[in-house]
Amino acid sequence: MTFIPKPKVTHPNLPRNELGLTRRDYEGALSTLCAGCGHDSITAAIVEACWGISAKPENVVKLSGIGCSSKTTAYFVSGGHGFNSVHGRMPSIAMGANAANHRLHYIGISGDGDSLSIGLGQFCHAIRRNLDMLYIIENNGVYGLTKGQFSASADVGTKAKKGEVNHQPPIDPVLLALNLGAGFVARSFSGDKRQLVPLIQAGLSYKGFAFIDVMSPCVTFNDHEGSTKSYAYTREHMEPVVEADYVPFAREIVADYSPGEALPVMMHDGSRVVLRKLATDYDPTDAHKAHAYVQEHLARGEHLTGLLHCRPTEDTEFHGLNRTPDVPLNELPYAKLNPGAATLGKLLARYR
Amino acid sequence: MSAATRINDFVIKIATVNGTGSASANTLLMKSIFRSGIPVMGKNYFPSNIQGLPTWYEIRVSKDGYVARSGKVDIMVCMNAETYARDVREVAAGGYLIYDSTWPRPALLKRDDVTVIGVPLARLCNENFKGVRTRILMKNICYAGVLAALLDLDVERIRELLAETYAKKPALIDSNMQAIQLGYDYAKANYTCPLPLRVEKMNSTAGHVMIDGNTAAGLGAVYAGATVAGWYPITPSTSLMDAFKSFADKLRIDPETKRANFAFIQAEDELAAIGMVLGASWNGARSFTATSGPGISLMNEFLGLGYYAEIPAVVFDVQRVGPSTGMPTRTQQCDLLAAAYASHGDTKHVCLYPANPEECFYMAVQAFDLAERLQTPVLVLLDLDIGMNDWMCRDLKWDDSYVPDRGKVLDREALEKIDKFYRYLDKDEDGIPYRTFPGVHPKGAYFTRGSGHTQLGTYTEDAVEYQRVLDRLLRKFATAKRLVPKPVIERDTRNDAAIVSIGSCDGAVREALDMLAARGVRLDYLRVRGFPFGEEVEKFLEEHAVVYVVEQNRDAQLRSLLTLETRVEKSKLRSLLHYSGLPVSSAFIVDGVLADRAEGRRAVAGEAS
Ligand SMILES: Cc1ncc(C[n+]2csc(CCOP(=O)(O)OP(=O)(O)O)c2C)c(N)n1
Ligand code: SF4
Ligand SMILES: [Mg+2]
Repeated sequence: MTFIPKPKVTHPNLPRNELGLTRRDYEGALSTLCAGCGHDSITAAIVEACWGISAKPENVVKLSGIGCSSKTTAYFVSGGHGFNSVHGRMPSIAMGANAANHRLHYIGISGDGDSLSIGLGQFCHAIRRNLDMLYIIENNGVYGLTKGQFSASADVGTKAKKGEVNHQPPIDPVLLALNLGAGFVARSFSGDKRQLVPLIQAGLSYKGFAFIDVMSPCVTFNDHEGSTKSYAYTREHMEPVVEADYVPFAREIVADYSPGEALPVMMHDGSRVVLRKLATDYDPTDAHKAHAYVQEHLARGEHLTGLLHCRPTEDTEFHGLNRTPDVPLNELPYAKLNPGAATLGKLLARYR
Repeated sequence: MSAATRINDFVIKIATVNGTGSASANTLLMKSIFRSGIPVMGKNYFPSNIQGLPTWYEIRVSKDGYVARSGKVDIMVCMNAETYARDVREVAAGGYLIYDSTWPRPALLKRDDVTVIGVPLARLCNENFKGVRTRILMKNICYAGVLAALLDLDVERIRELLAETYAKKPALIDSNMQAIQLGYDYAKANYTCPLPLRVEKMNSTAGHVMIDGNTAAGLGAVYAGATVAGWYPITPSTSLMDAFKSFADKLRIDPETKRANFAFIQAEDELAAIGMVLGASWNGARSFTATSGPGISLMNEFLGLGYYAEIPAVVFDVQRVGPSTGMPTRTQQCDLLAAAYASHGDTKHVCLYPANPEECFYMAVQAFDLAERLQTPVLVLLDLDIGMNDWMCRDLKWDDSYVPDRGKVLDREALEKIDKFYRYLDKDEDGIPYRTFPGVHPKGAYFTRGSGHTQLGTYTEDAVEYQRVLDRLLRKFATAKRLVPKPVIERDTRNDAAIVSIGSCDGAVREALDMLAARGVRLDYLRVRGFPFGEEVEKFLEEHAVVYVVEQNRDAQLRSLLTLETRVEKSKLRSLLHYSGLPVSSAFIVDGVLADRAEGRRAVAGEAS
């Protein structure tokens, strides 16, 4: 199979964003995933989200590991650099890339296998470092690319296509992220573009580690009766608890939310996210309460969705902590890096 | 029973217990000799442990400037009762043995051919100092005083060094000096000082420093302009990263903004460390990591990605004894093959082989230039001996006209001018394509992947397209042959036998060559400094009928690499293999060569092939 370029047909009447670009300008190569795969819907949501916030395509960096999900970095924003790395190790590539230049949008795409098994360590440590990136797990409960083995997110009692039942408890990435101190934690469903797009936009604007777990059914290996990650099961068991509206920086904010029910959260770049609680007893700004609430519902088989937790964490973002300059490290001229011959001469005194 | 007078030419070995502060006493001794203008070498044989195990320090005073182990000990300082027996055995006939006679050990120390010098170190220190810890520490400083008297060391030099070391804690200068004086006076009062083995001022260390390779390499990374360091602690590489950090903390903080012009990231493991390096280099920052064998094993998958996706990276591998965890604080050159072919598939890497700290500094800089010029990982193979021991080297020099070779990078202007950018096209026919950095220009975007790709950078499973890229990588490797550091060659056209060696063997080989020549055995010498091997190596191998390959591992890894990567006829390569964990000595090489000569064509370890 070779690369399939997507035919670019530009219609004069397509809507354009602030950069004068159409949605088409944010697309990538033609997807080679199975028809109906949840991952493709997430790709579409990313295209929509990037177009919506008028992200400069060349400022979008797309990073991934290995898996069907990880392939999708080739399917959006072809004007941005992409990096399909090795299985489970995307977070370290993201860390290095971000250390070199903090001014770009880093979008990491991973799978439940990629992040919760082989890459569990790197996933956790990216959270600990509060790496400034949007991290999406396209979660389907199986290893799609290696043909349907259970992943670490498979629920107890769920059935594989050939009938095998999973008995091991799942690792829930949302609970994990909350536990490890992530400041932006969301869950969504690939089939709910209305919810997903503003979440992605908010995640891109968030300064720090923004995590979205997206339930994304695998039509080929995990969409059958008895699976807890099928389209039907997910639709039935997902329950939105917080709606998030994304309000870009430049746009006038029309307060169509009634205070008390809705909570505006300022993003670093001046945009804001308006959280609208659907469950009145839920507090999305408190990580501990959010954790307890999500866990409790999960135990009942309810997958809460929305921006489950959001609090500012700029202070602990990697570059802030390390006091790196505003100019990205990769742009520092060598003259600023070279201590010079005279300094070396002085340094050597210590070694005599 | 002392030998004839021997000035500035002997070996002292000090046996102590680790964690008792002997390191400062040993450094004091070595530096005072160095400052007296006498070439000196210090090697530390320490356990993988924080406190309580035997540790040795070897100081070689060599007027001729030999930097290797001679393989002989003239003066043994026995400070560890636990190792008395073996320490006593190691002293050469005619040598000296110094021990703490607070507890006399006549039976154990009995050797007729060695002069025993007892000094009641513990008693002297107990009488003069308070507190258990202080007494232990001072006992070690005290033996330095004994040696000062016996060897005729300049006490003023010692005072000067103590004053520098404890500039911020003046009370310690006095107590240390008191301990020195206690030992010094006792020796003077009870023994004929100085011994026939002693030092005499010279003028051979001017323009030189005593520095370890990890420090020099860390400093090199600073001068090379490295801005992102990712690492995971492992002996014996940790001090390289520590050095980079401490130099950067001083030299890379913006004077106005106080911002750090570097990022230093302690990774969760070596997989992440090399991932960070690749991510940062891919994004246009000079980036590196340092590790040792176990870390190299973990980095394999990513190194393969770096090779195939053509991403620069600099990896310092400070080799230690394997297999597996091996002996973490002992030295070997046992990652030669693992480094050259790290990762699955048809993968090979550019490697550099410094022989001493001076080369570590320059090769660190070269490694960054090569990594970016060739767009590939470059591994710099130090070993524990180079990395962690202080070596006397020529002053490190910096040329302020140095401009980093960032390789083939298309910037904004260049991208503006071109019609379309393709990542893996061989436009210049040297096997090296052009690259771009994110965020620079919309035309620069491309997709990086470790999966099959065409020269245009697109995914492929097509045989022809796949092979085209793989074959170009070979052309790039051929280009690398011309760019890596050339071997060092000592050639006399009359000789048809030679030694080929690598890295830290250099000192021992050079001394061995002199010793052999003195016995009428003349050999040429080539030291490889880079991989892939260039034409100079091929030619040298061709021109010699017998080649002794001296290296520090069991499996003749350099010999294997030579047979795999050059046209050399395998049978003429004879291995001299040293893999005890101690640095190879000149005596080992001399003995090996002579034995081979004596027994004709017996290959010392030819079976290894
Ligand atoms: C080191 C390594 N081990 C195993 C594999 C094989 N492998 C490829 S993708 C994959 C699992 C992917 O699962 P997931 O991340 O959930 O992605 P999905 O395909 O389900 O989207 C595995 C095990 C690999 N590529 N690399
Ligand atoms: S195997 Fe599953 S995850 Fe992979 S592309 Fe097909 S549907 Fe999607
Ligand atoms: Mg999966």
